[in-house]
Amino acid sequence: MNDIPSIPKRVGAIKFGLLSPREVRKMSITAIITADTYDDDGYPIDMGLMDLRLGVIDPGLKCKSCGSRAGECPGHFGHIELVAPVIHVGFNKTIRKTLRSICRNCSRLLLEPEKKREFLTQLEESKDIGHLPDDVINEVFKEARKAKSCPYCSTEQLEIKFEKPSDYIEDGHKLTPTEIRDRFENIPDEDVKVIGMDPASARPEWMILTVLPVPPVTVRPSITLESGQRSEDDLTHKLVDIIRINQRFQENRDAGAPQLIIEDLWELLQYHVTTFFDNEVSGVPPARHRSGRPLKTLTQRLKGKEGRFRGSLSGKRVNFSARTVVSPDPNLSINEVGVPYAIARQMTIPEIVTSRNKELLRMYVQRGSELHPGANYVIREDGRRIRVSEINKEELAEKVEVGWTVERQLMEGDIILFNRQPSLHKMSIMAHMVKVLPFKTFRLNPAVCPPYNADFDGDEMNMHVLQTEESRAEASILMLVQENILSPRFGGPIIGGIHDHISGLFLLTRNENRITKNAALELLRKSDVKDLPEPSSYSEDGEPLWNGKQIFSQILPKGLYLEFPAQVCFKCDTCKKKDCEHDAYVVIEDGKMLQGTIDEQAIGAFKGKILDKVVKEYNPGAGAKFVDDFTRLAIRGVMKTGLSFGIADEDIPRTAQMQIINILTEAEDKVKALIDAYEAKELEPLPGRTLDETIEMKIMQELGKARDQTGSIAGMQLGLENSAVIMAKSGARGSMLNLTQMAACVGQQAVRGERIRRGYAGRTLPHFDEGDLGADARGFVKSSYKSGLNPTEYFFHAIGGREGLVDTAVRTSQSGYLQRRLVNALQDLEVQYDGSVRETRGVVVQFKYGEDGIDTTKSDYSKPEAVHRIVRMVTGKEVN
Amino acid sequence: MTISEATVDSMIAQLDLPANIVKTLKEDVMKVGVTKKELEQIIERLGQSYRYACVEPCEAVGVVSAQSIGEPGTQMTMRTFHYAGVAEINVTLGLPRLIEIVDARKQPSTPMMTIALEKEFSDDRDMARKIAWDIEASHIENLAEITTDLANMQLIVDLHEKTLLQRSLNIDDIADKLRDKLDVMVKVSENIDNQIVITPNSPSYRELLQLAKNIHSITLKGIEGIKRVVVRKEDAEYTLYTEGSQLRDILQVDGVDVTRTSTNNIGEIHEVFGIEAARNAIITEATDTLSEQGLTVDIRHIMLVSDIMCCDGEVKQIGRHGISGEKASVFARAAFEVTVNHLLDAGMRGDYDELNGVTENIIVGQPIKLGTGDVHLIAR
Repeated sequence: MNDIPSIPKRVGAIKFGLLSPREVRKMSITAIITADTYDDDGYPIDMGLMDLRLGVIDPGLKCKSCGSRAGECPGHFGHIELVAPVIHVGFNKTIRKTLRSICRNCSRLLLEPEKKREFLTQLEESKDIGHLPDDVINEVFKEARKAKSCPYCSTEQLEIKFEKPSDYIEDGHKLTPTEIRDRFENIPDEDVKVIGMDPASARPEWMILTVLPVPPVTVRPSITLESGQRSEDDLTHKLVDIIRINQRFQENRDAGAPQLIIEDLWELLQYHVTTFFDNEVSGVPPARHRSGRPLKTLTQRLKGKEGRFRGSLSGKRVNFSARTVVSPDPNLSINEVGVPYAIARQMTIPEIVTSRNKELLRMYVQRGSELHPGANYVIREDGRRIRVSEINKEELAEKVEVGWTVERQLMEGDIILFNRQPSLHKMSIMAHMVKVLPFKTFRLNPAVCPPYNADFDGDEMNMHVLQTEESRAEASILMLVQENILSPRFGGPIIGGIHDHISGLFLLTRNENRITKNAALELLRKSDVKDLPEPSSYSEDGEPLWNGKQIFSQILPKGLYLEFPAQVCFKCDTCKKKDCEHDAYVVIEDGKMLQGTIDEQAIGAFKGKILDKVVKEYNPGAGAKFVDDFTRLAIRGVMKTGLSFGIADEDIPRTAQMQIINILTEAEDKVKALIDAYEAKELEPLPGRTLDETIEMKIMQELGKARDQTGSIAGMQLGLENSAVIMAKSGARGSMLNLTQMAACVGQQAVRGERIRRGYAGRTLPHFDEGDLGADARGFVKSSYKSGLNPTEYFFHAIGGREGLVDTAVRTSQSGYLQRRLVNALQDLEVQYDGSVRETRGVVVQFKYGEDGIDTTKSDYSKPEAVHRIVRMVTGKEVN
Repeated sequence: MTISEATVDSMIAQLDLPANIVKTLKEDVMKVGVTKKELEQIIERLGQSYRYACVEPCEAVGVVSAQSIGEPGTQMTMRTFHYAGVAEINVTLGLPRLIEIVDARKQPSTPMMTIALEKEFSDDRDMARKIAWDIEASHIENLAEITTDLANMQLIVDLHEKTLLQRSLNIDDIADKLRDKLDVMVKVSENIDNQIVITPNSPSYRELLQLAKNIHSITLKGIEGIKRVVVRKEDAEYTLYTEGSQLRDILQVDGVDVTRTSTNNIGEIHEVFGIEAARNAIITEATDTLSEQGLTVDIRHIMLVSDIMCCDGEVKQIGRHGISGEKASVFARAAFEVTVNHLLDAGMRGDYDELNGVTENIIVGQPIKLGTGDVHLIAR
């Protein structure tokens, strides 16, 4: 009871270095001498590659070196004594540079002593200011290479040529690794420092291997196939090769084989050691598996997206997570998430038993793991974890003591993290409160779709259950959805109404809706509203009636003052503000909506002015409540009126159709006239453009104009009561362009911003004449989606559509890489207590964050309006 | 009872508020007129509201900025559009341009300048046009028809009189220039007007063809690299837009308003005006690119990116060859790109990784020193 769990130790720093042969032997548990792994009985051979002392991978066995079981034993290194030294591929570059800058006789760096001192101080300096020493070191090599003879022993220096993969040729004579190693051994420590190496942790001769460390079996586990056959890891295969050649080399040398054979074997050994480290060295054929697949050796394991660093160390797999399809539920709060029973039963939260919760937790244990709010595991005081099963649940419940931990199932009100990939910004992971619901999908309020960029066409999302009290506290204070309504990107709301929310409130608040008491109460049923205001009017039979604006006002917080033009604003030359005849100017006074229409500008995601104001002026909680209320009201609002769209809604009268056809034929004539002028060479080129470019641009302009005209005709015919028009104008979904494409004319199809011109020689399709520049020959689609496209139009439309798809595919990969680079470059920046922004080394990036020290989500306070407001509030006088 | 300007000044001089707030405060106060007590109250309220709006210490502003700029990248277009909707100069926009800025490329793919003119030139179309002709690099193909006369082994250049006049060039100057640059015999034809005859040094086909090729690369007038100049009227003022950018040379031209002329080539701005100007250029270029796409990103984020690119005194790339490649931590570099090389180098140098950054601590498996991870509670 009294032993407080010790604070986990922190790793302070990690030092890198090269392994010296001595160190390799010291850390080795055994030398490996046989290339065979198992004997005939399937037992690992002593001093073989699967020696039991190298660690255990089979469950149940104990390690011969440390005595721990599989999973606990970290594995132990072995070593191979190489018969002759070989070069480590990774250091070829440095070996080459070093060879060229040291004396071939006395091995000293080919620089005058004062020059060395100078470089040493430079190295010190760059280290002090936290710069990488690369530039200085390269300078050292460059300087030293210039020397023709050694300043110490006056030996003349010879040109050393490097040949891929690892041959060093000095004046026609090939240097063996032994020779190179000898030279390196003689470099004095002071000189080693000048070339940027630390002689204590990395002597240059250690770049040439005489002993090869053999990684433990835990690093290269073998897998047992279904057939009972063992399949070895790639690294093991490579090590077998090395040992074989090493042995053959030894035998041949002992037997006094001719120099030629020795050299061949040496090269072979070099090849195997090279590919053991890196199987993708240029100039070296990759070592292959029996099946022809190149082996994955050390370098391949580390690098790349799925490599050790990016795949296993920077990104880790976690427990206590769940994933399933998401679907909408407007009745949930934005702070909530619906979790299926099946998932809630699996996910657990550890709770320590105290005298206060003992009975409750005991009850959970008693319910077992099958019945929902139950427990799946209990952890005894001694750390033993026991699964709660149908058989032992009663017994365990009895035993639960203060000090035990009960892993109870996820329950309503628990806080969890919810995430949708790609996690492009911090709002891609937010905390939600659990609401355990039947069925098999996660449910969320559609208003939180924008930050996750989710829709319900089959998207899946992940849930993570927080395991500690600290994490839950942090999540509820920092990551809860309501705390993230404002996006730090632009300081406005990123959560808000979408689709039906907007059209629902639009339909409710526009015009003078006459709503009876019953209807009004039905609309506000799910909102926390106690009573209705004074009715706005009475019907003939004296029944009180309310309008939509009054209903909407009920969910607005008290004391809210706001004025702004709505999305449906006609953008008149002079805004009449309160006297707007289109009812497009929203006025809210003391939480009462007096006029205007609610649409995207008021409550939409990214735009919602009212939501923005509520969150900033009140608090995030009020904002969340407002969103909850208006989503519920909107859904009821849209149900009251109904909003549907069918193909008949795209119908336009015959006369309008005729008009459209006229416009299009007219435009075609104009294009024809332009082409005629072009062919007659009468066309004046635009400044700085060729004739060809000019005609293309003029035609595009003409056709674009024609499409717009047909569009406005269709738009007029559809009228403001058309449901698609309502959606487009209110900003709920779609645009007028989409609509006119359906009803009037699809318009020009473009590839890379130009009319379509590729295809056959001189023409796009065999249906046209060669050199035809006309509208239809170059991808102008006259038809509307409703009337249907003719075959050539259909084809051009597909071309245009394909470009869009390709564009998206290319863009996602490019912007993904941009994002990765940006995050990697900026991730260490942090605001310090003095308001400055610094990185890990303490280098100041900004003396005051953003020059004014203001948080982007609260940037409204730095705007002049904030000052005006305060002055107004104190003096009571209007500033402007 | 209202207090004088001097009193207001003395009262607000010492405020620990951003300059723009202090400025608006003073304007407002002067306009409305306040008593001392009122002003004190205003100042106190302002201070409160400012402190509320300040970033909290330990905030991971870097990541937030990176995400705020990276996230809208997915919504950007790939295509290059025409400048400002006019079909005259093509400029890279959208995602490719943003990548270009962040990459700190020496040369943008479509260099472009906006040249403001001094008063006497900016009002007059002809004067502006004249500067434009002075700046634009004139090549021989703009002004003449060139024929290769194989029979007489010579090049015949027929100049268009109209264009010559327009660009205020004369035939002798051109001949001189050609002679100077090509180092061959150049003669102004005596019988035919506006004709120049060029004869190679030795009468060989190769030489002649080589000459015919070389002649195109000579800039006869204007600034090399300025491929085209467009004069446009913007807010009652003629402004020049150029394809190609030569900031240093353009600034020397008479009539150019040096204070308002700019280029989209950040490298050039760095060279001519220095690092502070380059920092501002990155901010404006990135802001313009984003807002042109209809995306709103708070300027503080762009500032931070620009500052980290420039804080060492040179414009560094965001990526392997810049900031990410020069990080102090071995693990941070290895986890970004070129993993193995960084590890080998670290081993060779005997480097230490102090584990101060984010990636390093994630790799080691301990809490990161950022945000709530940077705060320690000590029990007393």
